[in-house]
Amino acid sequence: MNAWIQAIINVFINPVFYKSTLNQSTPLIFAALGGVYSETTGVVNIALEGIMLMGAFGGVVGSYFTGNPWYGLAVALLLGVAMAALHAWASIRYSGDQIISGTAIILLAQGITGFSLVELFGKPGSTDLVRSIPLVNLGSFEKAPFFGKIFGSLSPLVYIAFASVIFSWYLIYKTKLGLRMRSVGNNPEAADTLGVNVYNIRYFGVLMSGVFAAFGGAFLSIGELGQFTENMSNGRGFIALAAMIIGNWSPTGAMWAAILFGAASAFNDQLQSQGILHLATNTQYLFGMIPYIITLIVVGGLVGKSRAPSADGVPYIKD
Amino acid sequence: MAGKLKRFYMNDKIIVPVISVVVSLIIAAIVMLLIGKNPFIAYGALIYGAFGTEGALINNIMKATPLILTGLSVGFGFRAGLFNIGANGQLIIGALLATYVGAHMSTFPFYLSIPLTLVVGMIGGALWAAIAGWLKVARGAHEVITTIMLNYIAVFIANFVVNGPFQAPGGVPKSPEIAYSARFPNLLTTGATWLSAGIFVALAAVAVVYVIIEKTKIGYEVKAVGFNPYAAEYGGISIAKNTVLAMAISGALAGLAGTMQVMGVYYRYLGSLGGGMGFDGITIALIGQNDPIGIAFAAFLISSIRAGSNQMQIAGVSKNIVIIIQGIIIFLVAANRLVKSFMFWKKGAEEA
Repeated sequence: MNAWIQAIINVFINPVFYKSTLNQSTPLIFAALGGVYSETTGVVNIALEGIMLMGAFGGVVGSYFTGNPWYGLAVALLLGVAMAALHAWASIRYSGDQIISGTAIILLAQGITGFSLVELFGKPGSTDLVRSIPLVNLGSFEKAPFFGKIFGSLSPLVYIAFASVIFSWYLIYKTKLGLRMRSVGNNPEAADTLGVNVYNIRYFGVLMSGVFAAFGGAFLSIGELGQFTENMSNGRGFIALAAMIIGNWSPTGAMWAAILFGAASAFNDQLQSQGILHLATNTQYLFGMIPYIITLIVVGGLVGKSRAPSADGVPYIKD
Repeated sequence: MAGKLKRFYMNDKIIVPVISVVVSLIIAAIVMLLIGKNPFIAYGALIYGAFGTEGALINNIMKATPLILTGLSVGFGFRAGLFNIGANGQLIIGALLATYVGAHMSTFPFYLSIPLTLVVGMIGGALWAAIAGWLKVARGAHEVITTIMLNYIAVFIANFVVNGPFQAPGGVPKSPEIAYSARFPNLLTTGATWLSAGIFVALAAVAVVYVIIEKTKIGYEVKAVGFNPYAAEYGGISIAKNTVLAMAISGALAGLAGTMQVMGVYYRYLGSLGGGMGFDGITIALIGQNDPIGIAFAAFLISSIRAGSNQMQIAGVSKNIVIIIQGIIIFLVAANRLVKSFMFWKKGAEEA
């Protein structure tokens, strides 16, 4: 028992845990923001998982062919928006079932990335290593005790993620466009009567979700290592959806929930590597399931208290 | 008669999935052309790989067996208004429990050990799915998120178990074998492939699910809740009870799918046993329009594509194209108004 307490203390006093939390939270923050945009306008988007995967792949492909990881990011965003556009097309233009359409996007993303991986890189599994987006080095601050090790060299995408939260909060709660988004998600009939184009606003929401989920995907592939592996989004799109729900469909709430998941995951990794615990190798599987169990408990425990936009998931058919 | 037949074929339930499948195969052919492959050769290889030899046909039927069951699982959920995206997890838990019980059946005669192992596998899947049903009823948690999380958790549990407490000697991540008395008899053997009696269990499940949905009170209530929960509740049908029950039946079918793999194919629990069969179940339920008989046909369609895809890969087209094809089919079924607009266009052309 003492060994466990010691191990937990070791995790918390080590700056690596906090840095890992930031890195693990970043893709979740992006994807959860994507969910907020889409669902605020009333379109459920479980396709986030697939859009992230597509973004991750696009990032590596762009970086591989141009040698410039920033072009990789551009390709990621383009592919993410394209996948989101498909989802928008089926669910807005053709009033399709949004969950089924989202499932289709996930499968399409798995199929397209798996197929293209073999076509472009000649082998299944993972791509070659490509140049990743350079880290932001804070110079001499890096040598500062504790905080230097956390913030000294992070991916610029980490900063972009937090900036996106502030931007999204402002857009959704303080601008006319944000007001329209919220009104379309809560009461499309009324918004329509007042002259708001429900379809256009919903397209905007879904396409923005493509942008942000693709940012999250790009972080996974070219944020640090510079490689794509099959199905590397690995459920993060769904965890991000859970973060959005826990965060009550608000950008800041979603961010805090995403950080919670990121921290849980980082804690997991760090605790496992504590040699003092003498863990058997198969305990990695027990630890591995913890983030998913937490998601399950939190979704089951908190959903009653948070409230989705009233028209979330309901196709709007203009009379 | 002719009119009746025509109405049958022009029925949305048939025409939407048929057009979706055809369009997706055409799009995949265009993709093959774009990468410089001949789609006729690829599809030829696919058909040969699915039906060309006795072994191929047996392999096809063996692949269809669990797919019929995951298709029924997802389809039954849809009828109850539930999107059970967690068939994979339920399949894993069912297979794991069935393996555990099956491995302890060596002193039992087959007429006890086969049904016992089957039932335990179904109960495993049912309980795993019922968690999601309960979370939906009691806490309002959407079953899509909870069943996905339960999928991941099931994978980790299985990996833990076959890497430790329930591992076969030799350090490989797999369970010990089940007893001979708990294995399905082989009906036919050709080379390295065999046809197990599991296909009859799957076909029986089609009949049972058909009867449950169409002829029983449970089916009536579950459908009523799926169609309009508030009206059903007003009419004295419990949403809570039927949601959990529908989820449990759906999970039992998925658990049975996993049990088929244990009792008829691998005779043990293997890490890769689940594969993508849960997701295939979604495609199958949508193509089969949630009708048990439609689902059986759709399962054979998908198993043929899957079985043939290996041959297609040898012919130079990555079998990942199969996942793209499935994605397009699901997309088109979701956007069925889009598909119907193709039909109106066709109708207009006929009239002109």
